[in-house]
Amino acid sequence: MTRTPALRVSNVSLSYGARRALDDVSFALERGRFCALLGPNGAGKSTLFSLLTRLLVTREGRIEVAGFDLARDPRAALARIGVVFQQPTLDLDTTVMRNMRYFAALHGMAGREATARIDAALERLNMRERAGEKVRALNGGHRRRMEIARALIHAPEVLLLDEPTVGLDTAARRSITAHVHDLAAEGLSVLWATHLVDEIEPSDEVVVLHRGRVLRQATAAEIAGEGDLIDAFIEMTGGNDEAAA
Amino acid sequence: MNAWLIALHAIVLREAMRFLQNRGRFLSALVRPLVWLVIFAAGFRAALGLSITPPYQTYITYEVYIVPGLCAMIQLFNGMQSSLSLVYDQEMGSMRLLLTSPRPRWWLLFCKLMAGVAVSLLQVYAFLGIAALMGIKMPAMGYVYVLPALVLSGLMLGALGLLISSTIRQLENFAGVMNFVIFPMFFLSTALYPLWKMAEASRLLRDICAVNPFTHAVELIRFALYAQFNGWALLWVGTGAVAFFLLALLGYDPARGLMRRKG
Repeated sequence: MTRTPALRVSNVSLSYGARRALDDVSFALERGRFCALLGPNGAGKSTLFSLLTRLLVTREGRIEVAGFDLARDPRAALARIGVVFQQPTLDLDTTVMRNMRYFAALHGMAGREATARIDAALERLNMRERAGEKVRALNGGHRRRMEIARALIHAPEVLLLDEPTVGLDTAARRSITAHVHDLAAEGLSVLWATHLVDEIEPSDEVVVLHRGRVLRQATAAEIAGEGDLIDAFIEMTGGNDEAAA
Repeated sequence: MNAWLIALHAIVLREAMRFLQNRGRFLSALVRPLVWLVIFAAGFRAALGLSITPPYQTYITYEVYIVPGLCAMIQLFNGMQSSLSLVYDQEMGSMRLLLTSPRPRWWLLFCKLMAGVAVSLLQVYAFLGIAALMGIKMPAMGYVYVLPALVLSGLMLGALGLLISSTIRQLENFAGVMNFVIFPMFFLSTALYPLWKMAEASRLLRDICAVNPFTHAVELIRFALYAQFNGWALLWVGTGAVAFFLLALLGYDPARGLMRRKG
């Protein structure tokens, strides 16, 4: 018997007027895998994330989260998703803990249960000692780690991250990437949108998205073949200077 | 506590804390109506004679007349301020956090609305307190009766703000809201002058004032402050609140609304 994928996207399309932003996109994210959604800027990654989080909806295609249809049962599907948006979504002038409590409350958690879950999530990202600090006092890397910890409070089955290392320095990028790979190793299913191939490990699953279409889904090692992933990516997408980071 | 109520509590608390921490906003929310009460009313009291009309049973000074209108003005500005903060939230991304939580979207937006109402109540009662210290006092029960009236008028004006926020793409466009929503709504109402006084100047303007939902919010508050019930105003304000909220929900519908236009 096969297990239900953590995330299944089937024949999803979306147009902005005459422009086709996503065209028949299909892929599946197996449970406990780190999957990179790799595509150059403008490939449609953020649009796809908006659909996966139901900020947008489309009539073309189907999205399932842990077996729950996002269109038919949005609350059950959204309850199983943790999201880190490309743009930070933090109250800078309140503490880490207060930010976390607000998010926990949006998911229906309060009191001791919320405190225990917040502590566990912060611990997982080595951020527990920062709980009392104001977010404004944190550096970019710590703010991102806080957002990742926040996305884990409600124990989601799928973690979606939309270019989470944008604007971070090299050390912070490496740290965040390693942390999220560790989460996947612990069994969490991760979809990581990026245009930077150095954030991807050879064993990671990769979905290459270009101009709204999926060009390929395989492991990074399979896509790279005998050469480098970056060369294979540039060849597929017709050249992209930013990919090398 | 129920998960829905936990979300409501958190959203209202967050908005109230943000308001109380922002002293400048609190101060300006109080200074604006006080300037009208102290300066504008002083200048107008000699020029504007007021006859006895319900809910008043004696002659009143102009300062007394405009207090309910200024309460509604506080809520009007607060509704627009909430709208501004929603546009800011959309630009800053925190609206995404709210809308991706596993509660129905209508409930999340209603929570936002209630948060704005809670903030407006803090402002209105602070203003009424200062007015009382200046000698403009209402009947004691009026301060209790006005609470549900303020909640309803706050919901209507907040829903209008929510509706506007669903149509505005950038903060820069907000100045237009001031010119085309706040000022006409406020000046074409009974906040500053009664309908019969307006009719002396222009019947058309009187008619416009009569169908302005803000007029009815002012009258609902005015009657409640004197522990009286105005069913017609209640009907108008209730209908306005529901209509604005439903239209705002359309604006925030993921299939056709704001997020799509923002891409």
